[in-house]
Amino acid sequence: MEKYHSEQASIVVSSVSKSYTSGKTVVKALDNISFEVEKGSLFGLIGPDGAGKTTLFRILTSLLLFDKGKALVDGFDVISGYKEIRKRIGYMPGRFSLYADLTVQENLNFFASIFETTIDENYDLIKGIYAQIEPFKNRRAGKLSGGMKQKLALSCALIHRPSVLFLDEPTTGVDAVSRKEFWDMLKGLKNEGITILVSTPYMDEANLCDKVALIQSGSILNIDTPHNITHTFSKTIYRIKGRDMQALLLQARQWDFAEQVYPFGEYHHAVIRQQSTELHFPEGVEASRIHPGIEDVFIDLMRNHDQ
Amino acid sequence: MKQFYHFILKEFYHIFRDRKTLLILLGMPMAQIIIFGFALSNEVKNAHITIVNQSNGAASVQLVQKIESSKYFELYNQSTQTADIEKMFKRGAIKVALVIPSDFDKTILAQNNARLQIIADATDPNVATTLTAYLSIIVADFQKEINQPNTIPYTIDLETRMMYNPQLKGAYNFVPGVMAMVLLLVCTMMTSLTVVREKELGNMEILLASPVNPLIIILAKAVPYLLLSIINIITILLLSYFVLDVPINGSLTLLFAVSILFILVSLSLGLLISSVTDSQKSAMFISLIVMFLPTVMFSGFIFPIENMPLPLRTISNIIPAKWYFIIVKSVMIKGLGFNLIWKEVLILTGMMLFFFAMAIKKFKIRLS
Repeated sequence: MEKYHSEQASIVVSSVSKSYTSGKTVVKALDNISFEVEKGSLFGLIGPDGAGKTTLFRILTSLLLFDKGKALVDGFDVISGYKEIRKRIGYMPGRFSLYADLTVQENLNFFASIFETTIDENYDLIKGIYAQIEPFKNRRAGKLSGGMKQKLALSCALIHRPSVLFLDEPTTGVDAVSRKEFWDMLKGLKNEGITILVSTPYMDEANLCDKVALIQSGSILNIDTPHNITHTFSKTIYRIKGRDMQALLLQARQWDFAEQVYPFGEYHHAVIRQQSTELHFPEGVEASRIHPGIEDVFIDLMRNHDQ
Repeated sequence: MKQFYHFILKEFYHIFRDRKTLLILLGMPMAQIIIFGFALSNEVKNAHITIVNQSNGAASVQLVQKIESSKYFELYNQSTQTADIEKMFKRGAIKVALVIPSDFDKTILAQNNARLQIIADATDPNVATTLTAYLSIIVADFQKEINQPNTIPYTIDLETRMMYNPQLKGAYNFVPGVMAMVLLLVCTMMTSLTVVREKELGNMEILLASPVNPLIIILAKAVPYLLLSIINIITILLLSYFVLDVPINGSLTLLFAVSILFILVSLSLGLLISSVTDSQKSAMFISLIVMFLPTVMFSGFIFPIENMPLPLRTISNIIPAKWYFIIVKSVMIKGLGFNLIWKEVLILTGMMLFFFAMAIKKFKIRLS
């Protein structure tokens, strides 16, 4: 198998397109996607459901063929080099895919054996994660809580010390505390030199990645570091608060200086039209200018993409 | 090898933790043998008969007694009115009626020529034919008895011998049939379901993204069902030998060897089905409709293949169970050796290799 020499990039995707036919209609799942993931970095793929994230993951894990383009993982072509790729990747699908009727330990043992390794051999890598579920090692995987299932699935995906780790929506359906723990674990893995590609529908998780790509309807809208994404955003954002937030939202959408208003936690965020010079907020509305967050940028990008 | 061992271990965990399915798998052969052995049978016994005896002479009474004492018939109601017969047929109370006309006793003595009428409910033609045949035999027997003092100038005595199954037991035929059916159900349906279940639940997605050889995935699925099926063969043979008195006339080793061959054919077929389907529903549908029904119809176990028109007889050749059924009957009942069944064994071996090669070839190394 020819190995492509690309020193820095662990994942290279260039002009990949993939469409499905469902019935008579052709659905474009991925439309001319290109990006690179640096070795040893944590790359986030952010996008709503149906954006094409899972399709992209399946292509990169050599599970799906595609129509056009080229994709390399760890230097191997995902189509011709699928056997090599399958030896060096760890994959955690979006859906819990371990054996529910096997215990925690049996699952881990089984996955260790199919990668021709043992739990002991790579225990140091998974120790931090597995130690938390080890007290339940004789419990059936199907009986674990959502957060524990994710930890077990991650342990199984890591048991052979992969060089690239693919995590498809690992935090979906997991409580806030477990989510935070999960991201801390990913940081630890990154320090071990593992390249991680992670997808999530939660925009607040974007800040935790080295680099993020915003994907919608099969296209990438923006790729950059979270810092650059917020700092290159040129629009002005105000956060507003009133007594009746629902009424304020409807009212604010009528303001001619506001391009867009959307709820954001306990405030609403208003994107100000670029030409507007004077802003007249009504009485009783508490308004203050803020630095745009990554969510503000994404909401703006997605809105423009839709139009 | 270690991979393979862990895979098989995992399959056993799945099987032993699904207690209900395991119970069905191991209980099914027992239930079938018992149902076919005691409840379902095409032997006709204790059929309700009515005899309209309008003669009531010595000879006719003797005939009635003879029919009554037969294990095939049970006298339902005596009547002298032929009109009652139709009513009883309509009610479904009787299967057959015998009318002894009023001149029976007179004519049989005076003119050496008497007449009887048999009326049968032919809604089930097989039962009607069987019952009329039984009645004719009883009447012929009776005729012989009353003729005893006189010698009829030319008589031909037919001496019939029922080879291999002198008592004409249905069990001799259905035990091989049940063996074919159970093995096919367990091996084909269960293996196809277990592979497809992994596709449905997403387990296959991880397995495919790992370096495991598809051959290992496939073989590991087959091994536990091979062992389960061997247990099933043992149960069936024990039950049929000790409970139904079906003999094992041939070599037990040969019987086991060909059964394992048939199991391998069924397993390969199950794996092939699982390679080409993506949902448990379609795997179940294919196993049941496309495999199970033809097996019941074309294996010769319920419907004799010899009576079928040529196109159906040709189709029956591609049904593995037909060949297995022939082999089991030959070895178990007729006591034949390998030299007389090598052709069927060769056909099954060919089928196994073909199905297995197809299963490997069709196994998808990617999703969809």
